Amino acid sequence: MLRVEDRVFGNLYGEHDWRLAGARSRGAWDGTKAMLALGRDGIIDEIKKSDLRGRGGAGFPTGLKWSFMPKQPGERPSYLVVNADESEPGTCKDRDILRFDPHLLVEGCLVSGFAMGAHVGYIYIRGEFYNEAANLQVAIDEAYAAGLLGRDACGSGWDFDLYVHRGAGAYICGEETALLESLEGKKGMPRLKPPFPAAVGLYGCPTTVNNVETIAVAPTILRRGASWWSAIGRPKNTGTKIFCISGHVNRPCNVEEEMGIPLKELIERHAGGVRGGWDNLLAVIPGGSSVPLLPRPICDTVLMDFDSLREVKSGLGTAAVIVMDKSTDIVDAIARLSHFYMHESCGQCTPCREGAGWMYRVMKRLVLGHARLGEIDDLCEVSREIEGHTICALGDAAAWPIQGLIRHFRPELERRIAAHESSRPRAAE
Amino acid sequence: MPKLTIDGTAIEVEAGLTVLQACELAGAEIPRFCYHERLSIASNCRMCLVEMEKSPKPIASCAMPAADGMVIHTDTATVRKARKGVMEFLLINHPLDCPICDQGGECDLQDQAMAYGFDRSRFNENKRAVADKEFGPLIKTVMTRCIHCTRCIRFATEVAGVEELGAIGRGEHMEVVTYVDKMVTSELSGNIIDLCPVGALTSKPYAFAARPWELRETESIDVSDAVGCHIRIDARGREVMRVLPRLCEEINEEWISDKTRFAVDGLRRQRLDRPYLRKEGKLTPVGWPEALAAVGARLTGSAPQRIAAIAGDLADVEAMMALKDLMQALGSPHLDCRQDDAPFDPAARASWLFNTTIAGIEQADACLIIGSNPRWEAPIVNARLRKRFLRGGFKVAALGPKVDLTYGVEWLGASPGTLKDLADGQGFAEVLKAASHPMLILGAGAVARPDGAAVLGLAREIAERCGMVREGWNGFNLLHTAAARVGGLEIGFTPGAGGRDLQRILAAAGAGEMEVVYLLGADEIDMTRLGRAFVVYQGHHGDAGAHRADAILPGAAYTEKDATYVNMEGRPQQTRLAAYPPGEAREDWTIIRALSDAVGRRLPYDNLVQLRRRIHEAYPRLGRLRAIEPAAWQTFGAETAAVTGEPFRSPIENFYMTDPIGRASETMAACTERLLGRRGTGTHG
Repeated sequence: MLRVEDRVFGNLYGEHDWRLAGARSRGAWDGTKAMLALGRDGIIDEIKKSDLRGRGGAGFPTGLKWSFMPKQPGERPSYLVVNADESEPGTCKDRDILRFDPHLLVEGCLVSGFAMGAHVGYIYIRGEFYNEAANLQVAIDEAYAAGLLGRDACGSGWDFDLYVHRGAGAYICGEETALLESLEGKKGMPRLKPPFPAAVGLYGCPTTVNNVETIAVAPTILRRGASWWSAIGRPKNTGTKIFCISGHVNRPCNVEEEMGIPLKELIERHAGGVRGGWDNLLAVIPGGSSVPLLPRPICDTVLMDFDSLREVKSGLGTAAVIVMDKSTDIVDAIARLSHFYMHESCGQCTPCREGAGWMYRVMKRLVLGHARLGEIDDLCEVSREIEGHTICALGDAAAWPIQGLIRHFRPELERRIAAHESSRPRAAE
Repeated sequence: MPKLTIDGTAIEVEAGLTVLQACELAGAEIPRFCYHERLSIASNCRMCLVEMEKSPKPIASCAMPAADGMVIHTDTATVRKARKGVMEFLLINHPLDCPICDQGGECDLQDQAMAYGFDRSRFNENKRAVADKEFGPLIKTVMTRCIHCTRCIRFATEVAGVEELGAIGRGEHMEVVTYVDKMVTSELSGNIIDLCPVGALTSKPYAFAARPWELRETESIDVSDAVGCHIRIDARGREVMRVLPRLCEEINEEWISDKTRFAVDGLRRQRLDRPYLRKEGKLTPVGWPEALAAVGARLTGSAPQRIAAIAGDLADVEAMMALKDLMQALGSPHLDCRQDDAPFDPAARASWLFNTTIAGIEQADACLIIGSNPRWEAPIVNARLRKRFLRGGFKVAALGPKVDLTYGVEWLGASPGTLKDLADGQGFAEVLKAASHPMLILGAGAVARPDGAAVLGLAREIAERCGMVREGWNGFNLLHTAAARVGGLEIGFTPGAGGRDLQRILAAAGAGEMEVVYLLGADEIDMTRLGRAFVVYQGHHGDAGAHRADAILPGAAYTEKDATYVNMEGRPQQTRLAAYPPGEAREDWTIIRALSDAVGRRLPYDNLVQLRRRIHEAYPRLGRLRAIEPAAWQTFGAETAAVTGEPFRSPIENFYMTDPIGRASETMAACTERLLGRRGTGTHG
């Protein structure tokens, strides 16, 4: 269990002052100038040593990502873009950072922006996060007023400007290249990769897109040292992580915990346990709606980190733990997620555009068992024809929950089909 | 030069190619819907997925740059499965209405479904239906068939330069629309019909008219402007059903203008299909012998000095050659092919050619447009200018009425006086001087005016002073609007010694000094100035000339004859007979040859081969088809002080109706009314 003094986010629950004075009292903006004095390579090396992995879902090593940015300033400026378009169902970690600890993010923007040679940063915030955007803007204004941002930020000699841009409410704009398109004022559709944003990003310039949590933890890692961070958690899955526990638990909450904490411990210690006890657990979606669900037997032992969850064919994703007890209509729950992906597909690639709607319609029938047995296999095959065949990962995200359902709850699907079949009136023989 | 392995074959390709192009070079066919060589890469259809070693997922070959050491497999189980999957997704919401779809038989989706599809459907849900959109009088939409490849959007935005098409909605609800229910107003809009891989966008005038396998294809040349686009004429029986572009990198790439494509229904209307003679004030149908005898009698009965010939905008080289020979045989020097009265000297070839060549525009880095609206006068040239503009580093300035040319233009006003400033090296001339490949485009309308020779002279001065003319580069260009003009100038269909030019022919006719005026398809002159002259009209449409005529000799339109036209670059090209002329109409040169018998001065050729041999002997350039011979630079134009203050105007007032075929076309009338907001006039009442 994470020690209190190892927590990065001291105001995750909004109990304290979120403004500059309060943030400073919790350690933010402490020694920022000294951090910048490490130099670009110094900062990136430290982040690399900490084994910090991106908190947005894919878990790409952050230091490595930063190192892709051009070392020498070219004709084109470099940009830092922070992805605060938190829309993954079940996820609300960035939201609490934005409204309760915005200065950690602002400081992180300066530090990471400096490390990647960017003089300008954009925070693309989900449109529905109105109050969060307001708080964030206050924090930025405070930082400017205190000389922490802007010309000669923190007295480091580095100029850094930070802007907040509010999105218009599309899930797909959380995909990094669609986010860049949206930020440029275009329709939010993912771009082709390669070229990657580090080469051709915002306005065609080198850009790094990072999640809010990734950026917000960076200053603390630098303050306390990479070895502190890497001592927490398991190898390659280091540090602390905010878990969002929702669903059929007694006390849904956000909690900052050690990476690799057992799922069962996480739920029982922090969320008051599953409603009706652990034995009443049906399944858990461990990382936001995009990852395959885990049935109870796996939940008993699985550890909550990138690699452990990948071993059980799921993923850490955004670490949004959605708990479902035995009262859940699991097929309907996944059908609802299918509807979400159908609705949020941008419509660019054929498999996702056409397949997401197809899968949803089959799922809707499967809820009632209005299907043939063979359609379960057809559905599984359709999901595999989408997976990996699209420009962005939304196609995969639409396919995985259904694959998880079929993998772990096939008997339930078959039972419903059989029940429906037997309930149908038959002609007398 | 990256070296990669494709299906076990090592291949070295040019840098910058995509994996898809590399696969094509290696002989591996890659199916695709959204990818198109001349458009930006969208990579959204996902049909071109191939397997790349060391990549966990199949890659979209159209978007992946070919890199050294790649190992590509195009025919593995994974690839086949991916293609089959994409094909299935495309088909689940595609209506199976092939039997009533105009794309049937030439549909990419149909063809690829045969190759990569599945023989039954697993889709048990309802299909999506999408409301059709109004794209204007040329393009029919059946949007339920749309597979969202976005080729049309990319064409409109990139090539045509009109941001009128786009996609709204997300996911399954994505629809291709014209923004705020506008029509597509580009002159190149018809090309999206060819680009559409399915039957979502089809030709409205051609709707339900024919199936591709019923059509006879003929490769030919377009004459609706002076560009000489390469086209394919599809005919069924005697009827031309449609016109499609042919690939020609030097000229039209693979685009054609809407006039080229859609004016062909004019070939079925207002046709002159038998000879006529005016008897007691009324045009009366007669047989060929009577018509030829009557015209012959007039020609032989008049003094040679009182006979004149004017060639129109659609006249082919063979007919003009025959007519010139006939006039010479008769002893008349009064002939002119410059129907617009432009002061071109046939000897100063550089002054009336598009010397840079159309493809050469891509090398230019600065351009001055004088008195021309290339978007209407030559949409294909305008598209090339835009293509060059999009690549960047191309400054354009224009003199003339302000229009949207689809690229950034610095407007210098419409006053010809500005030309003097430019010739003095002021203003935009500095940009031209600084450019490595400067060019200017002089509109035909800018010289077809009383002070035209002076404008021509000023343009020459600008070209010379701004370094546009040197070894290996000639930036002086004349943008003609008539397909016949350059051919006529090449063979010198201009006044002989002591001959009268157009203005003086008309003046003489008006004064009663001209007894016979022979109009070879000349419709754009002021017929009221012909006075009491006996007017012979040889042509194919009942247009202005035929209305004034005293004798009508029905000729063949460009789709109905093997004929030579020389485009604005000086490139001789030949049309081919795609359908026979209607009724008793004949190929034009044969009419003149028959007339030469009637006047007792038989021309020395009995067939096309002999006539062409005569032309090629006299003008060897015209024998080298598709080849361009650069023109020698020389002094031309008149004293430049004579330029008046009369502002420049484009010679085209209505893009859709510049020739008798367009004026007879119902489609072009619909375009005029709906796209230009004008009512039809005169011949299309």
